[in-house]
Amino acid sequence: MACVYYVALGLEQHGMLLMTKQTQRDLFPGALEMMILRTLKRQPLHGYALAQDIKRTSDDLLQIEEGSLYPALQRLLKQELVKAEWGTSSTNRRVRIYKLTPAGAKHLQREVSSFERMLEGITRVLAPSES
Amino acid sequence: MSWLRQLFWRGRLYRELSEEIQSHIDEKIEELVADGLSREEATHIARREFGNIGLIEEKSRDVWAWLPVEDFFSDLRYGLRTLRKNPVFTTVTLLTIAIGIGANTAVFTVLNSVLLKPLNYPKSEQVVSLHQVAPGAAGLADFENGLLLSPSMYFTYADHNRSFQSLGVWIAGAANVTGRAEPEQVRAVFVSDGVLQTLNVRPAIGRWLLQADQVPHGPERVMLSYSYWQKRFGGSSTVLGQNIMVDSQPREVVGVMPKGFQVVDADFDVIVPLAFERGKLDLAGFEYHGIARLKPDVTIEQANADIRRMLPIWMDSWSNGPGQDSHIYETWKITPTIRPLKQEVIGNIGELLWVVMGTIGVVMLIACANVTNLLLVRVEARQQELAIRGALGAGWTRIMRTLLVESVMLALLGGLLGIGLAYAAVRFLVATDLSNLPRLNEISLDARALGFTLLLSVLSGLLFGLIPALKYAWPRSGSTLRSEGRTSSASRERHRARNLLVAGQVAMALVLLVSAGLMIRTFRALRNVDPGFADPQHLQLLRISIPDSLVAEPQQVTRIQNEIVDQLAAIQGVKSAGFITEMPMEGFDSDWDQIYAEDKVYPAGTIPPLRLYKHLSPGLLQTAGTRLIAGRDMTWAEVYALRPVAMVSESLAREMWGTPSAALGKYIREIPRMPWHEVIGVVQDVRERGVQEKAPETVYWPPMVVGGFGTPRTVTFAIRSERAGTESFLSEIRQAVWSVNSNLPLASVRTMQEVYDKSLARTSFTLVMLGIAGAVALALGIIGIYGVMSYSVSQRKREIGIRLALGAQPKHVLQMILKQGMALALVGVAIGVGAAFGLTRLMRNLLFGVTAHDPLTFAAVSVLLLLVALLACYIPGRRALLVDPVVALRYE
Repeated sequence: MACVYYVALGLEQHGMLLMTKQTQRDLFPGALEMMILRTLKRQPLHGYALAQDIKRTSDDLLQIEEGSLYPALQRLLKQELVKAEWGTSSTNRRVRIYKLTPAGAKHLQREVSSFERMLEGITRVLAPSES
Repeated sequence: MSWLRQLFWRGRLYRELSEEIQSHIDEKIEELVADGLSREEATHIARREFGNIGLIEEKSRDVWAWLPVEDFFSDLRYGLRTLRKNPVFTTVTLLTIAIGIGANTAVFTVLNSVLLKPLNYPKSEQVVSLHQVAPGAAGLADFENGLLLSPSMYFTYADHNRSFQSLGVWIAGAANVTGRAEPEQVRAVFVSDGVLQTLNVRPAIGRWLLQADQVPHGPERVMLSYSYWQKRFGGSSTVLGQNIMVDSQPREVVGVMPKGFQVVDADFDVIVPLAFERGKLDLAGFEYHGIARLKPDVTIEQANADIRRMLPIWMDSWSNGPGQDSHIYETWKITPTIRPLKQEVIGNIGELLWVVMGTIGVVMLIACANVTNLLLVRVEARQQELAIRGALGAGWTRIMRTLLVESVMLALLGGLLGIGLAYAAVRFLVATDLSNLPRLNEISLDARALGFTLLLSVLSGLLFGLIPALKYAWPRSGSTLRSEGRTSSASRERHRARNLLVAGQVAMALVLLVSAGLMIRTFRALRNVDPGFADPQHLQLLRISIPDSLVAEPQQVTRIQNEIVDQLAAIQGVKSAGFITEMPMEGFDSDWDQIYAEDKVYPAGTIPPLRLYKHLSPGLLQTAGTRLIAGRDMTWAEVYALRPVAMVSESLAREMWGTPSAALGKYIREIPRMPWHEVIGVVQDVRERGVQEKAPETVYWPPMVVGGFGTPRTVTFAIRSERAGTESFLSEIRQAVWSVNSNLPLASVRTMQEVYDKSLARTSFTLVMLGIAGAVALALGIIGIYGVMSYSVSQRKREIGIRLALGAQPKHVLQMILKQGMALALVGVAIGVGAAFGLTRLMRNLLFGVTAHDPLTFAAVSVLLLLVALLACYIPGRRALLVDPVVALRYE
């Protein structure tokens, strides 16, 4: 069954987001940040590219409201998990390019392993018992 | 220091953020255009997929902001702006709130200063009043002070107690100070050793009166109050060591007490040592107030037990004279009931103050209801603005906070104005002493009162802000945004809050009006009581004291008093004059003793009931307008001949002999060494302690009594004249008195009317307070009903227009409007009657001659409120009839 996850801000929201898919589900808090960090680990990106990248990699399974990246990026900046520098994009615009910091890399590792443990737990509970 | 940097760099940070987001959207648009979409379509999609830009920017900024404070300030700025934009609304609400909060602050200030604050003595919680009762002593039951201490009790307690650090007795009185300019009667407090130690307030200069100053016939000393020191000695420290003439006796000034110091509740000019002669004391003489300071860790219960232990010692150690049974006082069942001194000082004023506080609190609630209504109307008008703010991405919590910050700010501004009002009101109250309050000079607007105001402001702000905020902050269907109010008539749901508020206002107004009505009935009932004197406005009073250091011989004292009466009676315009130990309601400590009748048998070991007794001159009763029920007044010839005659009150005559006339010719006396006195007259009952209290059974002795307790040296002169109270009359009175003896100061110069009014002061104060509260409640209630009805009519213009166009009779339309309004009023009255029924019980001790559930008051107030409500509905109803259907419909 295809289930469409809907990435929200993780904070209080109301009716102005796209809500037309059959099933929507808020992601858990921190999920978006984790995906941002993972994407930036591969290469530094600016906001728009970051959004496109996440969308593309998730095969559109995750419907990201693009704007919701920015508050998340600000949070990461504040915690100094990423840093930003003004630069020029491939299309020759002045953009702010985000880069993972060493602290960010460490944080990502921790988050991913804890997420995997959680996912494994959930999967075991959800899996139909064979024996 | 990253937060500091943030603070300064934030402006740039935010600009960069906006730029970044804009560039994101541009990039997306370009990409979509490159994919073959039109620019318009691309823009639309880009924006939709990005989400709410304003909200996202705000949320991104929030990450950096010190949020609550920044939001708060922006809300504050916004609130101030909206208030400035609506001057009429702002003025009306501010005034309503200011009056409400001001009144509450004023009353709370009084309540706080009088009831809540500790007394002005160090560790005042240790200071107690040595209160005791004597349930076995007949006649004493209605003696509100309980049984005071006798000097012998004082010595027993002081010598044998285990519970107190210090202990003493005192009595307030008057003393004549002479030898300086005009003779002057000053307020004196007479203290034993231990009183100043118990209160433990250091003198401003000099020293306390000590045990060495309490030696009878020893060196005579005196202390001064701060104000007397300032007034008479210019605050000079050379006063120490000076001699002043107090009651014609030179006394050395040893110290001055600091400003504001009172002996318990007594304001004074001088403190004089009592200097009891220990060897000459009886058991009796119960006229001194006892105070003590408990040792640390001793409870009041333990102290009571200590006193119980000492009572037999007292009876063993002293007697009332040879052949008298010392243990006769066992029949009195003397019981110590020690209580905190504060309780003694504030007396029963607490109940009154709480009732007034409650009343004013209800006024505040009504005011809040009115303000809520105003805010509701305003917020309804702002619905579109709010909807737009919501659509632009304001969270509902944020909108609610904006509304609440506005209302709390209104309340705080109102509170600020209210403090000004309260300050003025308190000053007025203290200056006029309308209410006869204890601790009056301690009343001040202190930190606690200001804290109360702040709390009250914030709470009321939240209270009247919450309803509109809850109602309108929630995101609602898009209809609000699209169209406002024109297409539909008012829905029922929309008016529910306002209707409830109005019904509540009517209910609360009813409670207050009923309370005020009950007080009016009480006041009328009190006014209708015959106090035992007539035409008090034309009865001049003054008090003169003749100390034995001035005139030693008692008979001479009476002759001087007689001469003064003659001189006073000779003044032009005086009908008659006389004197008595004290006039009713004057509030001086009265004399009580056992009264024996010759024809009654008193079993051994019992004491006859205590009776109030007074000494009066011939002619006093006639001067005061006190009626003789039977028999006759005494004459001066009888007085000088020492004829043993007396008069009794009607109630005493009835109690002892059945009828007033049966009392004539009977014989009574006070103590065995007194000859039997023939009852020659029966006097109407006099309300000695105020009209609300039963008249005590009273005996009237002549000024001189063989074998009595001596001739009264301090008496009140009463003068019946149309000129009473005028300045020229007073100066003639002074000349008349000084023509007899120029060393006699006049004190307590006032008319009987003033005494009478003062005895009613608390009732009138309560009446005025409840009256004001009731009037304000009524006014606010009317405004509330009127406001809701006219608003509802204006909302229903279109509906009324249609009805009229379809042929409805104007009469029926009016009826419809009236019915709607009256339904509200009826609900309010019904709730109010129920609430008042429960609440007026709380004030039953303040009532006189009327029950707390007086049907007449309840009915009258209900009818009044309904009539007023009808009027408040009629005016907007009439306006509805003027609606021109064509105009109303053309609006569409």
